Amino acid sequence: MLRFIAWRLAQNVIVFFLFLTVVFFLFQAMPGDYTKQFIMNPKIPPEAREALAQRLGLSGTIWNQYIHYIRNVFTGNLGVSFEYYPREVWDIIAERLPRTAVLFFTATLVAFSWGYPLGRYIAWKRGQVGDYVATVTGVLFYTIFTPLLAIILLFVFANQLGWFRSGGFLSPRFWIRAPVSPQTVFLMLIATVLGLIAWWATAHLVTRRIGHPRPRKLALRTLTLLGIAAAVGGWYASGLGPYAGDIVWHMVLPLLELALISFGGTMLLMRDSMLEVVREDYITTARAKGLPDKVVRDKHAARTALLPVVTSFTLSIGFVLSGGIITETMFSWKGLGLTYLQATLSQDFPLAMGCLTFTGILVLMAHLVADVLYAVLDPRISY
Amino acid sequence: MMDRTTYKFEPLWKIRLRLFARSFRKNWGLFWESRIGPLGLFIILGFALFMAAHPILMSTIWDPKVYDPIMGFDPKLVGQHPAPPSWAHPLGTDPIGRDILSQLMWSTRSEFALGITAAVITVTIGTLIGSVCAYFGGLIDMFFMRLADLVMLFPFFALLIVMQSIIPMDLFKLALIMGGLGGFGAITIVLKSQALTVKVKPYIEAAKVAGGGAFHIIRNHIIPNILPISFLYMMFNVTSAIFSEAALSFFGLLDIRMSWGIMLNTAQDAGYLGAFGYYWWLWAPPGAAITLLCFAFYLVGRGLDEIVNPRLRKR
Repeated sequence: MLRFIAWRLAQNVIVFFLFLTVVFFLFQAMPGDYTKQFIMNPKIPPEAREALAQRLGLSGTIWNQYIHYIRNVFTGNLGVSFEYYPREVWDIIAERLPRTAVLFFTATLVAFSWGYPLGRYIAWKRGQVGDYVATVTGVLFYTIFTPLLAIILLFVFANQLGWFRSGGFLSPRFWIRAPVSPQTVFLMLIATVLGLIAWWATAHLVTRRIGHPRPRKLALRTLTLLGIAAAVGGWYASGLGPYAGDIVWHMVLPLLELALISFGGTMLLMRDSMLEVVREDYITTARAKGLPDKVVRDKHAARTALLPVVTSFTLSIGFVLSGGIITETMFSWKGLGLTYLQATLSQDFPLAMGCLTFTGILVLMAHLVADVLYAVLDPRISY
Repeated sequence: MMDRTTYKFEPLWKIRLRLFARSFRKNWGLFWESRIGPLGLFIILGFALFMAAHPILMSTIWDPKVYDPIMGFDPKLVGQHPAPPSWAHPLGTDPIGRDILSQLMWSTRSEFALGITAAVITVTIGTLIGSVCAYFGGLIDMFFMRLADLVMLFPFFALLIVMQSIIPMDLFKLALIMGGLGGFGAITIVLKSQALTVKVKPYIEAAKVAGGGAFHIIRNHIIPNILPISFLYMMFNVTSAIFSEAALSFFGLLDIRMSWGIMLNTAQDAGYLGAFGYYWWLWAPPGAAITLLCFAFYLVGRGLDEIVNPRLRKR
């Protein structure tokens, strides 16, 4: 297993190297000279230009620039953004990535918690009306033109009902007197959620020792509620509660959009995967043993059928950037996707290349995790 | 013993035709039974009729000066554009006075052309590389598989955004680029694994023993057997090509005069998307058209999946 991981890691380094090469030459091919672009930029003071050119390796032949670029990436030096001068690219990505990641992971979780049981159910009821209705709805959500869905959501929930904000990351007017930066609040929010999940998992482990199911459930629920109460109380006491609420309020609509789209995909995948599994002999055996339908479906079939769904989730991490571009633009959510789009259009080469490089690293890691997960989850596969 | 003098051999093409008709009838039955496949097919046929109606309308009841999708303008409604739906303009007019329905019908043709061109290119490349990789293996196989890994590493839409700034793209170039990029990506891996299952079949061995060369075997034995899967992936590729074109046009990144994405872009640029409900005819028809066509091709793909993938079949 370890040898397998090491081998894949070595392969990945080579592929990543090729990826960087392609990225570099793509941006070289873009109109507007990469090396001259920032010279006319009024945001960059003249005396800083020389130092910047030195740092990005913009002098010399293309070959020299290329070597310089590769060296910079491997030493973690992604350069300085032209548009947001003098902010470091790293700094910008570190600010924007959590926003995209939170959106993506929450949406995936929501989509999964609905798509998994529903896909399981409609596969079991194959050929009935419910199956057709759910499949067609799933395909519709999966193939809907993302901007159209965004317009509809904005129209219904922001414009007509007025429940949610029509875009942006926060309400600027509300934040003028804020004691801390939005980024701090946002990171604290992430930390709270992660802490709650950790608390819930610990509570789960601890209460598992209680033998009787009823007190066990009661204890788990009490502990969970206590955790949530502590978190809410903590936010209330810190006085930052309204600010956190403002961010969450802005997050609902983009979240809903991503969740609906990925719900369609998850449900359809689960259905197909389940249809393949129910043909296996061991399902027939389980039925022949006289096990109840629900047990065969949930314990025997669904667990195996989950495998491709988990893998596809890992592989869809590449979607973070691609899928993020449209959704984030529609809702003006300043995440990685919107940053990438703006950087490319305004020829902010270091930032655009940084976003792509970073996505490349993420996707490669995801592929590796997918392979390993597959080996762990499926006993038939061994490396 | 057969009497050779009276028995007349049927010509080969007739036998082939009969076999084809038989398998077509059987598969059509399976496709029909999937129910979602025919639904998609009907929507696509509907769009085809919609497309065909445009030139007829233009030459009969629509005045080209008013109803031309790109240059048209309705002088009777000056100052009222974008005008809401009326008898003269069933879906209203856009901010510069062009008829929305006419634009919608006219663009259908380019969407079909783009989607199908891109998908055919993708599938042709994927099928060729997949079967060659499966048949020869070794170095060629490794090269193309790593290439596929590399292509899959790029976020597709993000890559297209960079590409459009390098090459100003019209519809045809976009189709070529999307088709090419797609062809070297994930589809080669899928089709190669299909071709591998064909390669180990006894009839390939027989063909080799009979003296068939590599080219002959790939062309006559491997490719025909993976074509159904290729065709299935073609449907999914049409969906993604139409979607990508619409999204790029919507952001105003393409050098195209008219398409459904451009219609949305016009509404957005003129600032009418912010007012949502009041100007619904500016965004609802093109958005719905893009969604419906993508939806239809995807449904056909899923319908075909039930024929091609034996594990999904009901019986």
